[in-house]
Amino acid sequence: MRVALFVTCLADTLFPQAAMATVRLLERLGHEVVFPEGQTCCGQMHINTGYPHDALRLVRRHVRVFAPYDVVVAPSGSCVGSVRHQHATVARGAGDERLASRAEDVAARTYELSEFLVDVLGVTDVGAYYPHRVTYHPTCHSLRMLRVGDRPLRLLRAVRGLDLVELPQAEQCCGFGGTFAVKNADTSTAMLADKMRHVLATGADVCTAGDASCLMHIGGGLSRLRAGVRTVHLAEILASTEAGVAGTPDGGAVAPAPTTGGTR
Amino acid sequence: MTARELILGRLRAALGGPEPVPVEVARDYRGAGSVAADLDVFVGRLTDYRATVHRCVDADVARTVGGVLGGRQIVVPPGLPGHWLPDSVTVVPDDDLGVERIAAADGVVTGAAVAVAETGTIVLDAGPDQGRRLITLLPDVHVCVLRADQVVATVPDALARVDPHRPLTWISGPSATSDIELSRVEGVHGPRNLHVVLVL
Amino acid sequence: MTRSFLGMPATAPPGVGHLRGSEPFPVAARRALSDAQLRRNLGHATATIRSRSAAVVGEVPDWPQLRAAGRAIKTDTMARLPELLEQLEAAVAAAGGTVHWAADAVEANRIVTDLVRAAGADRVMKVKSMVTQEIGLNEALLSAGIEPVETDLAELIVQLGDDRPSHILVPAIHRNRAEIREIFLRAMPGVDPALTDEPAALAAAARRHLRQTFLSTRVAVSGANFAVAETGTLAVVESEGNGRMCLTLPETLITVMGIEKVIPTWRDLEVFLQLLPRASTGERMNPYTSMWTGVTPGDGPQTFHLVLLDNGRSAVLADPVGRQALHCIRCSACLNVCPVYERTGGHAYGSVYPGPIGAVLSPQLTGVEDNASLPYASSLCGACYDACPVMIDIPSILVHLRGRVPHPKAEAAAMAAAAYTMDHPALYAAAQRAARLGRLAGRRGRGLPPPLSGWTASRDLPEPPPQTFRQWWAER
Repeated sequence: MRVALFVTCLADTLFPQAAMATVRLLERLGHEVVFPEGQTCCGQMHINTGYPHDALRLVRRHVRVFAPYDVVVAPSGSCVGSVRHQHATVARGAGDERLASRAEDVAARTYELSEFLVDVLGVTDVGAYYPHRVTYHPTCHSLRMLRVGDRPLRLLRAVRGLDLVELPQAEQCCGFGGTFAVKNADTSTAMLADKMRHVLATGADVCTAGDASCLMHIGGGLSRLRAGVRTVHLAEILASTEAGVAGTPDGGAVAPAPTTGGTR
Repeated sequence: MTARELILGRLRAALGGPEPVPVEVARDYRGAGSVAADLDVFVGRLTDYRATVHRCVDADVARTVGGVLGGRQIVVPPGLPGHWLPDSVTVVPDDDLGVERIAAADGVVTGAAVAVAETGTIVLDAGPDQGRRLITLLPDVHVCVLRADQVVATVPDALARVDPHRPLTWISGPSATSDIELSRVEGVHGPRNLHVVLVL
Repeated sequence: MTRSFLGMPATAPPGVGHLRGSEPFPVAARRALSDAQLRRNLGHATATIRSRSAAVVGEVPDWPQLRAAGRAIKTDTMARLPELLEQLEAAVAAAGGTVHWAADAVEANRIVTDLVRAAGADRVMKVKSMVTQEIGLNEALLSAGIEPVETDLAELIVQLGDDRPSHILVPAIHRNRAEIREIFLRAMPGVDPALTDEPAALAAAARRHLRQTFLSTRVAVSGANFAVAETGTLAVVESEGNGRMCLTLPETLITVMGIEKVIPTWRDLEVFLQLLPRASTGERMNPYTSMWTGVTPGDGPQTFHLVLLDNGRSAVLADPVGRQALHCIRCSACLNVCPVYERTGGHAYGSVYPGPIGAVLSPQLTGVEDNASLPYASSLCGACYDACPVMIDIPSILVHLRGRVPHPKAEAAAMAAAAYTMDHPALYAAAQRAARLGRLAGRRGRGLPPPLSGWTASRDLPEPPPQTFRQWWAER
């Protein structure tokens, strides 16, 4: 299958390893990945911060760039959520019915990674190997906007060597919320503190999720605590194999280098 | 311009269009008549909310009421079947009693209009065997006598059976509050003891 | 009064009632977050009610159908609001009640005050009611020399403690049993000095305290949970019996209701009476629900007044996206599941309507400029939407309102510039490189300049990667 990668601006700029892992994983499963170069940002930050008029040009760009492809896949529940539940609304708000209906077309062909693997490709065992104790945070937009349900957990359970531990109060928000973390930094931090407490209680050495943004938040907090727990995108785990080919160019998922940063 | 005209004008302006678009309400939930009442569920729900349930035949109602209220003063609505009352109680008929007199009574015995199994609710409609709303409110013990055929399964069943133009009181267990740390505590202003006599 | 906008939807006037806070949400929240007792009280209470509600919702096999029906009935109601209110008015009048219309809080307070005076009373007893808190009725009555007595236990705790409500259902949710005992010992006349902090003992103290008030007060003021247009029936849903006392004992009953509380038909109650208790207190059915239609000779108040209040609701109705907020049945399920509310409590929201529903309702009632920080008081996690028994899409309304608030100039400029850059891939790639270099240059420093410093106050930024994805892709 020919798959257009919707990389998301955050993964492109700060977490390329999650996007590289997505490419390697899909290629390993026998699919052709293409990267439409005109893509930049889906506009979610503008929409959620109250700037739908500024977001409009980004929605228009996104729709134009991805319209030619039959299947679009992104390693982000949040960005897919925006494409699916916000793009047409922004277009309609601006009175552009034609754009709205094109946005709906693109949205119908856009999948979050775990949805694509489980629902479209019909696989749960992707042949991955990841010998770590891992806990999974079901990010809010994956959980409640996209309803990905237990798809990521089914994928993780099939990973060889992986010790999956349940995250207490997993469904509580980590406190990121885009600009919420800046505009309401104190409340966001209070939410993050509880999330980190639960992550640490699992004894996991890796916290994973399907969204680089939430992982940046959780990972940034854990790093500040020098907690010794890393955040790793779901795609990086699924891309890892015995051959040591992980999402990162240095094969870091199997033999991780020490990190002071957040998400690796 | 009156406030009435002002508000209605504002609302019409807010809605914009000349004619409202009708909205279809799908009533594909369990409506009246779709489920049979289960008396065991009813009893379980009542007990769960700290009501006391007695099951007996009609001839034993008086004895059951006596077991709860024997030796005490009870207010009685005008149309209560006389054979429900034991000799052991002092009957105070509600012939337009004053508030203080009702409040001074130990208990009250009534019938009911209908009851809901699924929620453990009894519904009073101020019928002759139930009386004014006041008499089931001030005394501390309420004994409610119900025939088994008055118990319906669901809230829709009960609403279909009562008359909106009568004053209605839906009672589910004794008075309670969750206002302190959201812990449920039975017994605030209404009767602190609710007994339901289910006549089989 | 906003008569100058004759016939146009109007927001609630300032200077009366409790819809506007005195400080922005982040400032008020910051104080609440450092109150360990408050955090503990809220955490305990919201966790308790979440699990109780989940259990009884799980018992209902047709919960999704009931929610959908609830939403449809409310959507239908809003589309036909003017005619339904006229129908309600006619039905109440036919049953012996008197209907009054109040364009705003000032008018409603004046109507109620005049009615109490006309009844010759200098004291009224009140059933817990959000709408009378909204309009500041107690303050208005006091300034007219009339004593309002709150009879709901939590409202009594708030009133005796000279406090403000912080939750729609449980206004004293921020107080624990020890604090409530202290308030009673300090402010409840004739209280037993040996009072313990057992909830049952505290409830019994309230029973003794209010008993004589119930028996001797001639006028009561209530709100309404539902008003049936078809029959003129009013419904009040409660637990303690204070509602029944107020609705049956006095000679005169004055009910104040927001105009959005009307529902079209008697049958519609079958949906809401199932949704409300389970979503709200987590009970299959609340202990007492009272329904009355006008007056009944020989039973209950012989004089009944219904006050229909706008106070900004017409302005909410005018927004096709935001009007969903008028569907709210005040169950407070959204508060109980909200991770923000759980940590900040209700006072941080300023308005009497806190939590997620407050964050969409208050700014619309007042006009967004007066509650501009509230639409941002959410991480958009969506838990409120899932919990709402009438399926109000609160996250979408929040996002919609964010688009209507006045934005800080610097932020607006930065957002416009960012959108422009991201709409030009070459500029975007250059910006990515510049950001990376900037981070590398300052990699020893952990702080960002304001306003982004809020992030780095408690979180590290990720290390800049050696190359962006698109660089890697190009070199592949």
